[in-house]
Amino acid sequence: MEELGLLMQGFGVVLEPQNLLLMLVGIALGVLIGVLPGLGGANGIAILLPLTFAMPPVSAIIMLSCIYWGALFGGAITSILFNIPGEPWSVATTFDGYPMAQQGKAAEALTAAFTSSFVGAFVAIVMITFIAPVIAGFALRFGPPEFFAVMFLSFASFIGMSKGPALKTVCAMMLGFLLAAVGMDTVTGQLRMTFGSTEMIRGFDFLVAVIGLFGISEILCSIEDGLRFKGERAKIDAKVVLKVWVSLPKHWWLALRSSFIGCWMGITPAGATPASFMSYGVARRMAKDGASFGKGRIEGVIAPETAAHAAGTSALLPMLTLGVPGSPTAAVLLGGLIMWGLQPGPMLFVEQKDFVWGLIASMYLGNVVGLIVVLVAVPWFAAILRVPFSIIAAIILVVCAIGAFTVSNAEFDITLMLLFGVIGYVLKKLDYPLAPLVLALVLGDRTEEAFRQSLLISQGSLGVFFSNWLVSSIMAMGFALLLWPVVSWVLERISAHRSRTGAVVPREA
Amino acid sequence: MSAERGLRMSMVEAGTALAFALAGMAAIGDSLRIGTGWGTDGPKSGTFPFWIGLILVAASAGTLVQAVRARTESGLFASWAQLRLVASVLVPTVVYVAAIPSTGIYVASAALVAWFMHRLGGFGWARSAAAGIGVALACFLVFEIWFLVQLPKGPLETALGY
Repeated sequence: MEELGLLMQGFGVVLEPQNLLLMLVGIALGVLIGVLPGLGGANGIAILLPLTFAMPPVSAIIMLSCIYWGALFGGAITSILFNIPGEPWSVATTFDGYPMAQQGKAAEALTAAFTSSFVGAFVAIVMITFIAPVIAGFALRFGPPEFFAVMFLSFASFIGMSKGPALKTVCAMMLGFLLAAVGMDTVTGQLRMTFGSTEMIRGFDFLVAVIGLFGISEILCSIEDGLRFKGERAKIDAKVVLKVWVSLPKHWWLALRSSFIGCWMGITPAGATPASFMSYGVARRMAKDGASFGKGRIEGVIAPETAAHAAGTSALLPMLTLGVPGSPTAAVLLGGLIMWGLQPGPMLFVEQKDFVWGLIASMYLGNVVGLIVVLVAVPWFAAILRVPFSIIAAIILVVCAIGAFTVSNAEFDITLMLLFGVIGYVLKKLDYPLAPLVLALVLGDRTEEAFRQSLLISQGSLGVFFSNWLVSSIMAMGFALLLWPVVSWVLERISAHRSRTGAVVPREA
Repeated sequence: MSAERGLRMSMVEAGTALAFALAGMAAIGDSLRIGTGWGTDGPKSGTFPFWIGLILVAASAGTLVQAVRARTESGLFASWAQLRLVASVLVPTVVYVAAIPSTGIYVASAALVAWFMHRLGGFGWARSAAAGIGVALACFLVFEIWFLVQLPKGPLETALGY
């Protein structure tokens, strides 16, 4: 087992005292970020990214990925205690988590949520450990057409699997591509879409966009519902934890199924949010008494949390092996790799063994540390939300502004951040998905480059994307996903036509 | 009429679709200027944005049609009361961002925190000002001294020798 040897080397890297400390700092910051409204995994990491330039890349990625794990854990705290999902992927956790808290079973719900998060993440990490090297080895043979096909597939799956209207997904995605193209064309050196402005030559940095789209807009959205958080109190003691842990093994099948749903949804860039909903839906449908879901069933906490954490973790698999991130947060981490001077993609596994295996080892350890930290410190993190919103909101705005500025030391970026905040607020309220916008902004240049290089190979013929079985099958899968909304719409029409009694076919989430 | 008045969803929906279409058209226009299609050394700079712009215009036209069709049954985007709340956060933030180049980020941040606490949180001026200054000082310690990151500074910091 070559992987196990490399993994042990990775543990050697992670167990250096400095890296262990960074891991703890990352987890604590991550939970904090997950609890606070307006700061999430993606923009929290975006804000902190510029501060890591001086660190060795492996230390930086350990800290930032631990922020990610922490944020995944932290989202559950606010969902269960306050009925406010701190992160989009914990929305489904509120359905049964908050009722449990109202019935005085907050500690049980929290323990179940944290433990199943851990289980989901663990399954995903084991999968990454053994599958990632295989995929990376396979992808070493990829040329530009294959890379373009993979990106096409991941964008197509956004359109095919999105919950919202497909046209809006297309709009958001295309806007991302256009924003990525603004500025200097890296191939010809020509200025594009700057419209005579010198500020635009630098182009739009996706970190600034992420801070605005996810941070500022979240503040604007949460202010709409007033300024107060009402929450249940919780203190977790060892007795409750043990009681819940004893009761958990009987849900092993639920946890395993949710983990698989999560892993699958995380690899395809659908992300953690739909994974948590889907897993919750499947759990309800498979249960004998599905109607009692939503009234405080522990299964209703286990299913979405396991899936969300599995998806969030496995989103790093395509990011590491192909350079195509599976979630906005993974996209921000990918941006980090580029800034630290690493070339994302399969070559990482060949040239940066320490980095890759250090990261994978830190996932194992980080999730254990994370589980302990959240179980011990829940009351303190919950206390943060009792600080008045007027103070928290102002501080988050200041932190976002500083974060946007430090990306490239430009005051204009703060203005841009605010603009993206307002755009994000409107788009969010209108049900435009933000994740494809961010992913297109991050991957736009590389997608275009792969596209142009492919055309150079074929002297301009689009046939290059169907020139061998590998690239053709990836493209075919992409087209199948792309056409899926149309197909399902037609099928729905037909079945609605057949049953004129008014029975509507439920749409799959 | 519904009991609560405010901005209608269909209006914002249509406006956003139009804005998307305009962005697409701008991209198409600029791409045509720098050239699309096959150049001497491969695809010209405008090729990719041209097609992206085209797809964007088409998709937003579709969204617009859907919005117009659904205009009668659409609800509120936000009530006026909600929009007032949003403005109470957004307007000070705009002022804050506009002030940063002249006052520096620390003074502006202190003012923002104090304003939020006093106006939105109902705290007294003294406590609000103290908290504002505290936040600014904490930021200064963390960024300028600990992480050695230079943030925008204004006349106050210059007077203090930074």
